[in-house]
Amino acid sequence: MKVKKTIKLFIGGKFPRSESGRVAPQYFAASKTKVSAHYCQASRKDFRASIEANKKAEGPWAARSAYNRGQILYRIAENLEMRRGEFEEIFISILGYSKSKANKTLEQAIAAFVYYAGFADKYSQVLASLNPVQGSQHNFTFPEAIGSGVLAEGSSTKFVELCNELAALLATGNVVTVLQSPTCALLLSPFAEVLATSDVPAGVVNLLSASNDELMPVAASHMDVLYITLLEDKDLALVKGEAIHNLKRVFRAPANGRSIESIAQAVEYKTTWHPTGF
Amino acid sequence: MKTQKIKKKSKVKKKTTNKNHAGATLAKEEDFNFAYSKAPQASSVVKVKEAYQLYINGKFCDASQKKTFNSINPATGKKLCKIALASKKDVDKAVASAKNAYNKTWSKISARERSYYLFRIARLIQEKSRELAVLETMDGGKPIKESRDVDLPLVAAHFFYHAGWADKLQYAFPGQKASPIGVVGQVIPWNFPLLMAAWKIAPALATGNTVVIKPAETTSASIMHLAEIFQEAELPDGVVNIVTGAGEVGAALVNHKDVNKVAFTGSNEVGKLIAKSVASSNKRVTLELGGKSANIVFEDAAIDQAVEGVINGIYFNQGHVCCAGSRLLIEENIKDIFLKKLKRRMQQLRVGDPLDKNTDVGAINSKEQLDKINQIVDAGKKEGLDFYQSKTCSLPSQGYFYKPSFFNGVSSASVVARSEIFGPVLSIQSFRNPEEAIAKANNSPYGLAAGVWSEKGSKILQVAKALKAGVIWSNTYNKFDPTSPFGGYKESGQGREGGRQGLSAYVELQS
Repeated sequence: MKVKKTIKLFIGGKFPRSESGRVAPQYFAASKTKVSAHYCQASRKDFRASIEANKKAEGPWAARSAYNRGQILYRIAENLEMRRGEFEEIFISILGYSKSKANKTLEQAIAAFVYYAGFADKYSQVLASLNPVQGSQHNFTFPEAIGSGVLAEGSSTKFVELCNELAALLATGNVVTVLQSPTCALLLSPFAEVLATSDVPAGVVNLLSASNDELMPVAASHMDVLYITLLEDKDLALVKGEAIHNLKRVFRAPANGRSIESIAQAVEYKTTWHPTGF
Repeated sequence: MKTQKIKKKSKVKKKTTNKNHAGATLAKEEDFNFAYSKAPQASSVVKVKEAYQLYINGKFCDASQKKTFNSINPATGKKLCKIALASKKDVDKAVASAKNAYNKTWSKISARERSYYLFRIARLIQEKSRELAVLETMDGGKPIKESRDVDLPLVAAHFFYHAGWADKLQYAFPGQKASPIGVVGQVIPWNFPLLMAAWKIAPALATGNTVVIKPAETTSASIMHLAEIFQEAELPDGVVNIVTGAGEVGAALVNHKDVNKVAFTGSNEVGKLIAKSVASSNKRVTLELGGKSANIVFEDAAIDQAVEGVINGIYFNQGHVCCAGSRLLIEENIKDIFLKKLKRRMQQLRVGDPLDKNTDVGAINSKEQLDKINQIVDAGKKEGLDFYQSKTCSLPSQGYFYKPSFFNGVSSASVVARSEIFGPVLSIQSFRNPEEAIAKANNSPYGLAAGVWSEKGSKILQVAKALKAGVIWSNTYNKFDPTSPFGGYKESGQGREGGRQGLSAYVELQS
């Protein structure tokens, strides 16, 4: 007889249940009625707790060296690779993926972390500039992390796109609360465990299984959320409308997969001046 | 010469010197009450028209309903000229003209040709810079010294800089293909009318877009002289269109269905309204909004330079600067000597006729803005804050003026530490260590700019890194350059203007 695991949330490096006590069943793709596991549904309060944990992790994560962030991203790729069978099995049993589709999905998800691991210590060399201003002034511009924000998967599981944007956000020193689609809530468990064992500091990434309809308006109007990345157009107008309260940056994930675009939109540019002379 | 000067000064000092705790010697305030002879800039270099029309499809035309409004010279409070009041119909016409120009000419000609037009415009601005500077001062109230030496040179430089980008965009975004967005709707403020026009128009045209722009209602005259330059440069009809009027004209413009991108510089209130009104569209938006920027002075700063930087930070352009260093954070152990020096320097500021070449602080842009300053200052006084104004400063009997002022002992929660006053009013707070300075500086919904004053390089770099602001001026303040990206973190805006990074606001990129 098998032991069934409850899928919990991942906040601040811990695995809490939802404070609301809410759980929902996740069904097997084949039967649609047979329960594979129960997962915790994140509430508004869980979301706020998640952003609080993000805020604590914000400064130290951005202060890590680019090399170190790259190392951690590569460690995520290694751990994903080690457990890819587990992920593939979930895609097959819950979403009904074919074996080859599940295999390709993992290959691309792992590629995302490797790609951005290698970008962590290079993007600022590509995006920064030394500006030839007039007068006796030294002037340079470089990209910095925005801070705490939300990555929302939307109404269906898009694991590759999710990994692309997550890796780009981490490479640039941002911290993030991921709203994972409950269509494949089971993924949260191995994914959280991969992150927890890859030296990602507590609170840098939090994972919540959440209904978008419930949490998107909360995320979009939260004053400590500085950016929201969406993987689909569905909530774009709602989020842009609510985002005005603190002018959070709203991004739609680029369509072309891995590229500098995901990095370039996840940064703020800071320009520093200093006089020159004796 | 030098020794003579010193001798003279020391003679005065004998009578009035007083020692502060740091042992520095300071002369009393009244020593610096110099009288200056008038040095007026002739206003005849510019022919101010009685009435300005709209500029649509390369031609000047009346507003469809023939309505006009008055533009006031804030230094006199009297009417300077009449400005056409655009209707929704005029906005439709202007957008249609920009769309047509985009489809038929501007997107068809080569990048090199676009570049040539912008170079031409830059040259013509240089040639007419004095008349434009005088008009800018008469319509907006800023000192001629500033419009002549800061605004206009930067306006020309902005067109020059972006002219060169037009045929080099493939180097701005390596590995990505940049294409124009289409028709850009732009709304600009009254504090740097021509400079903001240049910041908006030059990058938009260089990247291949066409423009409909609305200047602020109190400063609409100078951009119409810029339109004459566009005509003289033979810029194809409809590439730039100018509609004048107040908020409803701007609203009609940004909400127009054929506008593909919106760029706004102005207040947070209006910026948020714009962002809300276009949220459900696919329009791209960049916003350059307000600020409450901290100017941090450490104990190891070069004090006299820092005083100069603080003065420049808050009193430049009457404090009508979005990135004004309006919150002075001063390290506690140098506060007394710093305030003495600051007060002394404030006595030397010449407030008055903006057309006088000696004037440091000109007229407040409008009656409405003067009322707003008074309102926030009154709220600060009600909090019981210590308020200081230069004792020797006298204001002209007509027009809108405000004495350079500061609030001392301000807490982070005070109205004068949180609201953007947009006038010559500084708020002073103190701190005990760098961590406290950083925490106080970042304790604001804004994040536009910050100043850091210290002679210790490692401290400057560390503090600059920790500040949540888009522009950090270290041991300097209020410096601008077309090559230097400008724009804010948090609620101070979205996007950058200027530099290579600023171009991305005006292009679609494909990997």
